[in-house]
Amino acid sequence: MTISRRTFLSTGSALTLGALAAPSIIGKALAAEKIKLGSLLDTSGLFDAYGKPMDMALRLAVDQINAGGGLAGREVDIVAYDTQSDMALYTQYAQQLVRKDKVDVVHGGILSASREAIRPTLHKSKTLYFYNVLYEGGVCDRNIVVDGVTPAQQVEVLMPAAVKKWGKKIYILAADYNYGQITARWMKKYAEEAGGEIVSTDFFPLDVSDFGSTIAKIQSAAPDMIVSALVGGAHLSFYRQWAAAGMKSKIPMASTTLGVGNEHKVLTPEEGDGILVAYNYSPELQTPANEAFLKAWADKYGDTSLIHEIAVSHYQGIQLWAQAVRNAGSIDYMKMIEAIEGGLAIDGPAGKVSIDPKTHHAVLDVHLMEFSGQKLKVIESFSQRQPVDTQAVCDLAANPDDNQQYEIKI
Amino acid sequence: MPGNQGQNVDLAIVVAIQVIYSIALLVLISAGLAIVFGMMRVINLAHGEFMMVGGYATIVAVNAGVNIYIAMLIVAPLAVGILGLLIERLVIRFLYGRLVDTMLATWGLSLLLIGLVTLIFGNTTTGISPPIEGFPIGAYQVNGYNLFVIVITIVMVLAIWAVLSGTRWGLIARGTMQRSDMASALGYSPDRVYMITFFAGSALTGLAGGVLAPLVGLVPTSGTQFIAKAFITVISGGASVIAGLLSSATLFGLVSQLFTFSINPMVGEIALLVAAVILLRLLPQGITGRFFRGSM
Repeated sequence: MTISRRTFLSTGSALTLGALAAPSIIGKALAAEKIKLGSLLDTSGLFDAYGKPMDMALRLAVDQINAGGGLAGREVDIVAYDTQSDMALYTQYAQQLVRKDKVDVVHGGILSASREAIRPTLHKSKTLYFYNVLYEGGVCDRNIVVDGVTPAQQVEVLMPAAVKKWGKKIYILAADYNYGQITARWMKKYAEEAGGEIVSTDFFPLDVSDFGSTIAKIQSAAPDMIVSALVGGAHLSFYRQWAAAGMKSKIPMASTTLGVGNEHKVLTPEEGDGILVAYNYSPELQTPANEAFLKAWADKYGDTSLIHEIAVSHYQGIQLWAQAVRNAGSIDYMKMIEAIEGGLAIDGPAGKVSIDPKTHHAVLDVHLMEFSGQKLKVIESFSQRQPVDTQAVCDLAANPDDNQQYEIKI
Repeated sequence: MPGNQGQNVDLAIVVAIQVIYSIALLVLISAGLAIVFGMMRVINLAHGEFMMVGGYATIVAVNAGVNIYIAMLIVAPLAVGILGLLIERLVIRFLYGRLVDTMLATWGLSLLLIGLVTLIFGNTTTGISPPIEGFPIGAYQVNGYNLFVIVITIVMVLAIWAVLSGTRWGLIARGTMQRSDMASALGYSPDRVYMITFFAGSALTGLAGGVLAPLVGLVPTSGTQFIAKAFITVISGGASVIAGLLSSATLFGLVSQLFTFSINPMVGEIALLVAAVILLRLLPQGITGRFFRGSM
C-alpha cells in the first residue's frame, strides 16, 4: 500500500490521541518471571480497521494460553505498542521492544512496509518474529515465521474453480503496486494452466474511484468473468458502479482481496452476492475449532462481527508460537528455531496450520467461498496448500543465513 | 458486417456518455472551489474534506430514513454550507488576503475534519447504493446514475450563472470581489458578502459530496482523492468562474478519457496531469486569461 504525503500527514493528527493511549504495558510487576510477548499493531490511524481486531485476537489468544497454565510453567505477558499507522514508529518501537523491554518474541506488523521496517532489527538481535498477515510472498529469513496466505495459495484454488464454473476468457483488474502486480502474474499462470485465457489486464492507482470507462472496456472485450485484486476504499467503488450499470448479472466476478476488510458487509447483497473468493478463514466454517473460537471471542468481546481473515491469521500465529514453546520446552532461541522447523502444527479456527521448515511459511487450508447475503458461504475446502510461490525462491535448510525478500519471477 | 457496425455505433455512444460524464464530474467537484478560490482567493485545502463531510451527511440521512434525493440535494449542501459558515466566522474571516496563512489554517482544518469523522464513524468504508438502475445501449450496459450526475451538473452550472449574472446579489458579490473598498463605500458590507459567498461555495462542495456518495466507497480520507483534480481544474480555468471551469474541465475530461479508453486508466491519470502542466506553461493565467476574456 502506498502512502501519500497527505495521508501520511493526516495520520499525524491521530498522534495526539494515540500518545495518550500508548504505550500500554501490562502487568509490569511480575514481568521478570513471565514470558514477554511484544506486539506492534496499528490500533489507531488509517489501518486500525485491520489492527484493532488483530489486537483483540492477540489478547484472546494470550488469555487462553494463560488460562491453560501458561507455557513451560511461565505465564505470558503482553508488551504492546500502538504504532498508529506510522511506519516510523515501527522502527522506534521495535528497538524499544528489543533493547528496553527485552521481549522473547514479537508478533505484529500489518503492511509489508511495516514488516520490512522491523525485520532487520529483530533479525540482528535474534528476537523471533511472527508476521501473521496475508501478503505478496517471498520473504526468506530464518528469524521470521509467516502464517498468512500468499497469492499462489489463494489463486491456485480460485482460478481453476472460476474457469470451470464460468468459462475461459478472463479480464483481470488489479491495484497498481507490488501486491496487485504480483498477484496478477499468478492469476495468469494458474488461469492458463486451467485452460483459461487472459483477454486483458488493467492496473489502477489506489485513488482511482471512477470506473465508467473501464466498465465500457470490459463490455467490449466481452469476457466470461472478471477477476479482481483491487484494494482499498476508492476501489470499492468499482463493485458499486459495476452493479449499478446492471452488469453484475451479466458477467460474474472473482476476487483475491474483497472480504479481507469485511467488504462483504459494506456492499449490499445485490452488489455482492455471487462473488467468488478464496481465503483461509470464514466465520461460517462448521468445525469444532471454529465454533470454540467464535464462542470464546463472543464471551470476551460480545460481538463477533469484527472478526476478519487477518485477525484469525494473527490468532493462529500466536497459537503456533505457543505450540513451538511447548514443543521446545523452553524459550531458548535455537531450541525454538528447531521446534519451528520440526513439524510445528496447530489446529486453528480455519483448520490445520503447519509450518514449512524450508520457508518458515504456513501450509494451510484454503476455502473457496461465495458472497451470499453479506456472508462468506463456504463452497469447497482445499486442504493443506503449500506456499509454492515462496518455496520457489527460498530454502532455509540449504541457506540458513539467507535474509531478504525475493521478488518471485513466474 | 452490419452487426459489427451497429456495435461500433453503440460503443461510440457509450464512450461519448463517459467523456461527458467525466467532464461533468470535474465541474461538479470543482464548482465550490471555483467560488471560494476563484472569486474569493481563499485557498481552501479542506475542500476535499468538505466533500467527504457532504458524503457522510448523505449516508447518515439515508440511514435515518430520509429520501435519498433529499439527502443528496438538500441535506448534504445544507450541512456543509453551515459547516463552511461556522469555519468562515471562526477562522477564515481573520485571514482574508493572507494567502499562506489561509493555506495553513485550512490544511489544519482538513486534518481535524478527517480526525473527527474517523472518531465518529471509524476508519472503515461505508456507502449507499445508487438509486438509479443501469440501462442498455445496444450490446452495452450503462450506469444510469452517471446520466443523473450529468443532469445535476448542468442544472448547477446554470444556477450559478443565473445567480451571478442575473441577480442583484450576484452583481454585489462580483463587485465586492473586485474592489471591496468601493463596495464598502457604496454601503455594502464586504464582511457579509464574503460570508454569504463562502457559504454558497461550501454548499456547492457539499452538493458534490452528496451526489458522489452513492458512487464511491467512503472513508474519512476520501477527500484527498478529489482535491488535486479540483485545484488543477480551477487554476487551469483561470479568472472567470464559469467559463474557466467549463473550458478546463472539458479539456481535462476529454484528454483523460481518451487515454483511458485507448490505453489504460493509469495513462489516463498521467495524461490529465501532463495536460495541466503543459497548459499552465503556455497559459500561466489559465485558459480564461487568454480566451473567453471578460466572460462570466
